[in-house]
Amino acid sequence: MSGVPAAGIAVQVDGVSKTFRLPTEQISTLKERALHPTRRVRVETLRALSDVSFEVRSGQVFGIVGRNGSGKSTLMKCLAGIYRADAGEMWLRGRMAPFIELGVGFNPDLTAHDNVLINGVMLGLTPAEARARYGSIIDFAELHEFAELKLKNYSSGMQVRLAFSVMVHVDAELLLIDEVLAVGDAAFQQKCYDVLNRSRDEGKTILLVTHDMDQVQRFCDSAMLLERGRIVTLGDAAHVARRYTELNFGISVPVAAGRELPASDGDDGVHIVEAWFQDARGPCDSVEQGAPCALCMRVRFLRPLSEPVFALEVEDAQHRRTFATSSEWDETTSGDFAAGEVITVAVSFDNWLAPGRYSLAGQVLQRGSGRRVLARAEHATSFVVSGSRAGGGLVDIPHAYSIARAAAAVEPAPEGAAG
Amino acid sequence: MSATPAGAYRVRGPSATGGGDLGRFWNLTRTLAATDWKVRFYGSALGYVWSLLRPLMLFGIVYFVFSEVVEAGAGVEHYGVILLLAMILYFFFAEVTGAGVTAMVDRESLLRKVGFPRAVVPLSVALVAAMNLALNLVVVAIFVVASGVQPRWSWLLLPIPLALMLVFATGVAMLLSALYVRYRDIRPIWEVVLQALFYATPILYPIEAVIGRSETLAKIALLNPIAAIIQEGRHLLVGGTSLSDALGSTTLIAVPLVILVGVTWLGLRVFDRMAPAAAEEL
Repeated sequence: MSGVPAAGIAVQVDGVSKTFRLPTEQISTLKERALHPTRRVRVETLRALSDVSFEVRSGQVFGIVGRNGSGKSTLMKCLAGIYRADAGEMWLRGRMAPFIELGVGFNPDLTAHDNVLINGVMLGLTPAEARARYGSIIDFAELHEFAELKLKNYSSGMQVRLAFSVMVHVDAELLLIDEVLAVGDAAFQQKCYDVLNRSRDEGKTILLVTHDMDQVQRFCDSAMLLERGRIVTLGDAAHVARRYTELNFGISVPVAAGRELPASDGDDGVHIVEAWFQDARGPCDSVEQGAPCALCMRVRFLRPLSEPVFALEVEDAQHRRTFATSSEWDETTSGDFAAGEVITVAVSFDNWLAPGRYSLAGQVLQRGSGRRVLARAEHATSFVVSGSRAGGGLVDIPHAYSIARAAAAVEPAPEGAAG
Repeated sequence: MSATPAGAYRVRGPSATGGGDLGRFWNLTRTLAATDWKVRFYGSALGYVWSLLRPLMLFGIVYFVFSEVVEAGAGVEHYGVILLLAMILYFFFAEVTGAGVTAMVDRESLLRKVGFPRAVVPLSVALVAAMNLALNLVVVAIFVVASGVQPRWSWLLLPIPLALMLVFATGVAMLLSALYVRYRDIRPIWEVVLQALFYATPILYPIEAVIGRSETLAKIALLNPIAAIIQEGRHLLVGGTSLSDALGSTTLIAVPLVILVGVTWLGLRVFDRMAPAAAEEL
C-alpha cells in the first residue's frame, strides 16, 4: 500500500521506523572533542518504532494505546513532522493540527494573547485569521480574566485548556491528540469530549493517544496497540482495549504454575502446595470479565485431618479484600483426609470483578472453635481481569437498568440479565 | 507541513525551509519576530524608546572618550557620524549572532511540539534585529543632517552594504544556532569572538589611523567582511577613504566578499543538515 493513499484514507503509515541514538558518554563540548578526537562515542540505539504500518479512513477516530515508552508519542511526533522517520512513508490528507504531550509549545514569557497568535500561525492560520479567532479561542478556554497574564503564571490545567482551544480553532481536518483529556477539570474534560464528538460528526479524522481504555471503547472506531515500537494488535477498538489491559497487568509477573509454594511459619500438619487461577481452558493468569473462572489451591496433608475448612480470598491491587469465601458455609462436608494425601480445592464463579490485577490467598483452618489456621498462603499468585467496563466499583455485578416515568411502577431487574 | 487540504501529501519530517510554502514561512517569521519584539521591552516604562536610547547613550560615552579624551578621530571629517554608523552596524551584527546562538535552544518548546520550517527561528531573530537597525538608522539620519553632511548620490547605494550585512549576520547566526544545539560551549566562545571582532574592526578608531601606521595592517583589517561593509557604508554616507582606496585595489574587495558568501553558505548548509534532527537533539 505504498505510494499515494487511496481516496477516503486520511492517514497512511507504511513501514515506519525510528531509531534514536543515545550517546552514553555525552560529548557536548568542543574541549572533549578536541582532547579525545579519536575516542568513539559509544552510542546506544533505541528503536522507538519498528515497521509500523496502518491506515485510518477519513472521519474515523483511531486510538493508539500502549504502555509508557512503547512508541506512541514518537509516532505522533513523526506524523506531526517534528521527528523525521528513518524508514517508511507517511501520507496525510487534509490540514493537520498536532497536540503533542500536553501542549502546542507555548512561550512562558509571553501572554496568552501572543501565544495564541504564534500557535495559530504555527498550525496554519494567517496572522489575520489568528487575530480574528483569538476571542473565540479565549472564550472556549474560559480564560478571559487571565488573557494578559504571562503563560508561566498559568497552572498546567489552564495551559492545556488554552492549547486545546487553539487546536480546535484552526480548522484542521486531522487532529493528532496525545494524552490531552487526562488534564483539566471535569467540566473542561466534558467540553473536550463534546468538541471531539462534534469534530467526529463533522467528518474530521482524529488520532488519539490515551491510557484510558474506557475512552478507547466509547470513542474510537478502531485502535492499535503498540509495545516496544511494534504493533501488537490492530483493529477493533474493544479488542485492542482488552489486549492492552492484559499486556499492562500481565507482563511483569510470570505465571506461577508448577511452582511449589514454600511452607509458611504457622503450618500445622497441612501445606498449601500451590494456588492458581483458571478459566474454562485451564490455568491462566488473566481472564476476561464475565467469563467463568475458578480459584484453585492444591493442599497436601502431612497428618490425618477431619473436616478442615478451606478458605480463599481475592485482594485487588490496593489490598482491598474484594472477594472471600470459606467452605464452612457450604452445605457439603469437606471429608476426612489421610497423611500424605494431596487434594485440589476449587471455587468456581462467573468473573464479575472489576478490571485490574488481583492476588489470591488461601487458608486451611481447623473446624470449630477458634478457627485455628493450619496453613496459609498469602499472595500465592496473581491474575488479571481484563475488560473495559470500569464503573469504578470493586466489582461489576450483573445488572440492568430500567427507567420509568413518574407514577409507573419500577420493575425489578430481570433475572440473569448481565449488563 | 504545507497542506493542500484536498489532496494527500507526504510527511517528510522537519526541514530548514519546510518544502517551499513561502507564505507560511513568512507568516511564521514575522509573527515570531513581532512577539519577540514585544516581549523584549515588556514591563519597561519607556518600551521601544530603549532600543534607541541604549545605543545613543553608548555612542555618547564612546564619542566623548574617543574624540575628547583620546582624540582618535582627529583629522577625520564627520568622525561622530562615522562612529555612530559603525557602532550601530556592529551592534546589529552582534545582536543577530548573539541572539542567534541560543535561538534554537530558546525555542525548544516550540520545536519539540510543532512541525514547522526550522529556519524560521534564526530568521525571526534576524528580523527583530533588522527592525531595531531600521529604527537606529533613523537616528543616524537625524545625526547626519544635524552634522551638516551634504546629501550625495552615493546614498542611493547604501542599501547594498546594509543588505550584505543582513545576509552575513543571518548566515553566521544560522551556523551558530545549529552548532549550539550540539555544542553548548559555542556561546562563551562567541561572546569572546564578538569582543575581539569589535576591536579588530575600525569602529572606535578610523581606518586612516591604521593606514598611518601600517598599510598592510589596514588591508588585513578590511578583509574582515564586517570591517569592509562598515568602511564602504561610511564611504557612501560621508565620503572619505573608500574600501578600494584602503585595500589598494578593487580586485581585493573580492576577498571579504568571498568570505561573506562562503560563511553564509556554510551556515545555510550546516543549518539545513541539522534541522531535521533538531527536535531530537535539544
